[in-house]
Amino acid sequence: MSIISESKDFLDQTGQISRFAGRFFSHGLKPKFEVKELLVQCYLIGYKSFPLVGLTGFIMGLVLTMQLRPSLVSYGVQSELPVMVGIAIVREIGPVITALIFAGKIGSSIGAELGSMKVTEQIDSMDVSGTNPFKYLVATRVIATSLMLPILTILGDAISLFGAYIGVNIKSVTNIRFFFVQVFESLSYSDVLPAVIKTIFFGFAVGLVGCYKGFNSTKGTQGVGRSANSAVVLSSVLIFILDLLTVQLTNLLGLN
Amino acid sequence: MDMDKEITAVQPTQHHQPISEPVIVIENLYKKFGDNVILENFSLSVKREENVVVLGKSGAGKSVLIKCIIGLLKPDKGKILVFGEDITMMDEDELATARTKIGFLFQANALYDSMTVRENLEFPLRRHWTSLGEAEVDKMVKEALENVGLTHTSDMMPTELSGGMLKRIALARTLILKPEIILYDEPTTGLDPITAREIDQLILTLQKKYKTSSIIISHDMNCVRNIADRVVLLLEGMCYAQGTYETLEASSDPKINQFFK
Repeated sequence: MSIISESKDFLDQTGQISRFAGRFFSHGLKPKFEVKELLVQCYLIGYKSFPLVGLTGFIMGLVLTMQLRPSLVSYGVQSELPVMVGIAIVREIGPVITALIFAGKIGSSIGAELGSMKVTEQIDSMDVSGTNPFKYLVATRVIATSLMLPILTILGDAISLFGAYIGVNIKSVTNIRFFFVQVFESLSYSDVLPAVIKTIFFGFAVGLVGCYKGFNSTKGTQGVGRSANSAVVLSSVLIFILDLLTVQLTNLLGLN
Repeated sequence: MDMDKEITAVQPTQHHQPISEPVIVIENLYKKFGDNVILENFSLSVKREENVVVLGKSGAGKSVLIKCIIGLLKPDKGKILVFGEDITMMDEDELATARTKIGFLFQANALYDSMTVRENLEFPLRRHWTSLGEAEVDKMVKEALENVGLTHTSDMMPTELSGGMLKRIALARTLILKPEIILYDEPTTGLDPITAREIDQLILTLQKKYKTSSIIISHDMNCVRNIADRVVLLLEGMCYAQGTYETLEASSDPKINQFFK
């Protein structure tokens, strides 16, 4: 494929996703809301993802601490290890890694689920049954991902910091209270709030892209597989782009 | 093209007599995808309690036709009057109300595979008739399952059922809102001949019980013979010919005859 046709495809897809997002705001947020389905999705998307997010967060905190220690020791500032790990986890690594794990688990599952519903005409069947499939399937999932990812990130950060505490204690002995006091004293609201707020946008991107890919899945098992795969790839790329934009924005607003 | 042939001399003999009042009137329907014209000036009228089978080659536009009738696809031109109201001009809410009178049996059944059989049947009920109490919902689900002889499957998942059973459950779900019109998209495709005959019989029995009008898309000539009060031949996007099964079977026109060989 030539660069021109690839660029055309990219622009075409960007336009379609933007229209899909516009439809979410114009139709998906209008009453009557599918409250029961939203709660089900919050449970499936949030609660069911917690073990994975917790495990990866714990390992991330532990490994980050173990990797940072030698560099800090060489400069003689190993006492600053909790501060450095705390800021890195809360401001950047926690939100981004949690969002990427979330995109892998939830983005693919939404893409595959809606994709297979699309190819087996279940979405048409819902329409015929007097249910707006966009509200029932898309709006509930996008709202659930936007709400659940910030909560998962906060929990993931906490577990990650505990992992960092274990990491610090491998080569030295530090009191847990002293460790967390040192971490929290180094953090301000301008570290925590932008980091949590940006995960709302990450969650929105994961939900929207997953639903878009599923809703526009082509026929056959290959089409469903492609929807699931491209949902993960595209939402992961979007997470990095959104992260870049939020860093620029927080810099402009003087929140750094 | 002078293809709009009307071969309607013989009244159906093996089937019931439809009431003359039309429930669906399609006028000059036109639908294309890209440059590919699927339906071109297609017109059709379906009377109350009449079973009309639409016959045509694969890709002729049969499924597009019934998807236009239910409002899943929007035609480019033409009118589709259902009980006198034009489906093509309706907004989302009006369409949802109109759809309570129209049932649609999907070719692949389209049962929700994350729900049990019971939840599948309850889904349209709870959406359309929100005032129904638990006891009434229970009664209607039980009646729908009794109609198709599958009361024991209530708590099973669709993945646990055979092809014939899935078709029966899909039919039960279609009928649960007691629609006055049912659109069948290839109801016997993929079923063995015995199960296909059972489904044909079930469609006829339920049609008599609930006095529904139907448009049936089918390639299965046994199904066409068993069910049709009238057969409509969709060729090159138009209603090429229509009449009883026997009339069309006796036609010497090779374009008609090829379907009955």
